[in-house]
Amino acid sequence: MAAPQPINVEDLNIYYGDFLAVEGVTVQIRPRSVTALIGPSGCGKSTFLRTLNRMHEVIPGAYAEGKVEIDGQDIYDQRVDPVNVRRRVGMVFQKANPFPTMSIRDNVLAGVKLNNRRISKSAADDLAENALRGANLWNEVKDRLDKPGMGLSGGQQQRLCIARTIAVKPDVVLMDEPCSALDPISTLAIEDLIHELKEEYTIVIVTHNMQQASRVSDRTGFFNIAGTGKPGHLIEIDDTEKMFTNPENSQTEDYISGRFG
Amino acid sequence: MSTTDVAPDAPPSAPDPWQNSRRRFGDSLFSYLSIGSGLLIFVTLAAVAIFLTSESMPAILASQEFSGTADFSLVDTTLPLVFGTVLAAAIALIIAIPIAVGIALFISHFAPRRLAAGLGYMIDLLAAVPSVVYGLWGGIWLVPKLEPLYVFLNTYLGWIPFFGGDPTAPMRNLASASVVLAVMVLPIITAVSREVFLQTPRLQEEAALALGATRWETIRTVVLPFGRGGVVAASMLGLGRALGETMAVLMILAPGATFSLHILEVGRHQSIAANIASKQAEAAGVDMSLLIFTGLVLFVLTFIINAIARWIVARSGPKA
Repeated sequence: MAAPQPINVEDLNIYYGDFLAVEGVTVQIRPRSVTALIGPSGCGKSTFLRTLNRMHEVIPGAYAEGKVEIDGQDIYDQRVDPVNVRRRVGMVFQKANPFPTMSIRDNVLAGVKLNNRRISKSAADDLAENALRGANLWNEVKDRLDKPGMGLSGGQQQRLCIARTIAVKPDVVLMDEPCSALDPISTLAIEDLIHELKEEYTIVIVTHNMQQASRVSDRTGFFNIAGTGKPGHLIEIDDTEKMFTNPENSQTEDYISGRFG
Repeated sequence: MSTTDVAPDAPPSAPDPWQNSRRRFGDSLFSYLSIGSGLLIFVTLAAVAIFLTSESMPAILASQEFSGTADFSLVDTTLPLVFGTVLAAAIALIIAIPIAVGIALFISHFAPRRLAAGLGYMIDLLAAVPSVVYGLWGGIWLVPKLEPLYVFLNTYLGWIPFFGGDPTAPMRNLASASVVLAVMVLPIITAVSREVFLQTPRLQEEAALALGATRWETIRTVVLPFGRGGVVAASMLGLGRALGETMAVLMILAPGATFSLHILEVGRHQSIAANIASKQAEAAGVDMSLLIFTGLVLFVLTFIINAIARWIVARSGPKA
């Protein structure tokens, strides 16, 4: 297997219709590591995250300009099918969203069945087990795989969504405030999981919780806006330890030390 | 924590500031009004049921089944009409549901926003066309247009019972009536389905998209399962309309009273509602009572179908 390549973002402008929401992001995201994105509400960090798997454009009128290179391929190239991008770049949402009509097992296999229709029952069973083990959920659900996914607790549902995402074996996993609706115990379970997942996946996580960013990430990026109606900018990105102890930019320092936001 | 009981040491004559001493006029007026409106439904329904039952008694009592002497049978008169009614409505639904779901999905998920709004408006307009207009349109314009299709179906697919028999022009047959019924129930099914599809949680759709689902796969895995109950409910609303529709059937269908499955044959079927409408002006006495009895049957039929629809909707709702 070739050495994983970083995600290269160059001069990315992100729009909602006429409104420029995020301006001029240039960043390199390291493979097989956790990058956290922090910043005040409305600064565009979630918007930026959603451009990394072309989920931004599912909102009517929304589009992005610039270059996002994953594995050497610009995903905003005309010829690229966003469906194929999303199969390589998975996403976990703020609120757990298992498919309500599906069992736990079918939820895990949902993406696989879309991507590769024919899969034998034993292969499907193995895959479901591996994905659920990968999401640290197997022991809790192995006796009720045929029960609806909605019957699980909030934290379990979120781990089910992670299992569903890693079951399609993406290169990158994007997480949009995955713990914001969870209690501290469930949050801890997800954070432990993130530590394990970075062995295999490139992870980008948006979080409002700075302690969480400092706990889980290797690199941290700080987004900020000058004011309402102005576009968001990536102010600074560096090793997490440096960002939280000795950031270059005074805005970062103000935010991290709690002087605003 | 200990509970402390308040000693009733206040003098009983003093007004308790926590209690509401006088009824609020607006509240009671509103409550009577709304209870009254609710009761009115029951009263109306009961009045119709009582009317139908009592007026159909003469026919029931005079029938072969009861008296054993009369020359007409309730079952022989009513059952072919029930058969025709249900068959016409069923065919109308079979035609209308796929088209309606297709249009609803197009409006809710595929069409550009401006086109979707215009299309939705036009669908609503279809619902506003009076049925007598559909009857004219169907009888004069549509029936001749459908003739080549019927001939084709009869010639090449005649081995299927539905398309068998011996269709003759003008094609004032059950199939034509059903096609017009389908056009008439299309708007209601489309409108309700569209509303349900639009209510699909955004998060669910994004979950599917983020897994690499195409638009159709998203619809199949998320939108259709979510909307299934709503589509069933919409179809049952349409079925209710198709069962009771009078004018269009009356103006298109050449009536007959058989249990024939040959929907292309003319003069084989009739629906309850069209039968009542065509005969009630001249009917009197037991004949009138018999017509009212068929009305009672239609009333019960729609009741049963509504009950089934409710049961299906309750069963197929999203599992919590």
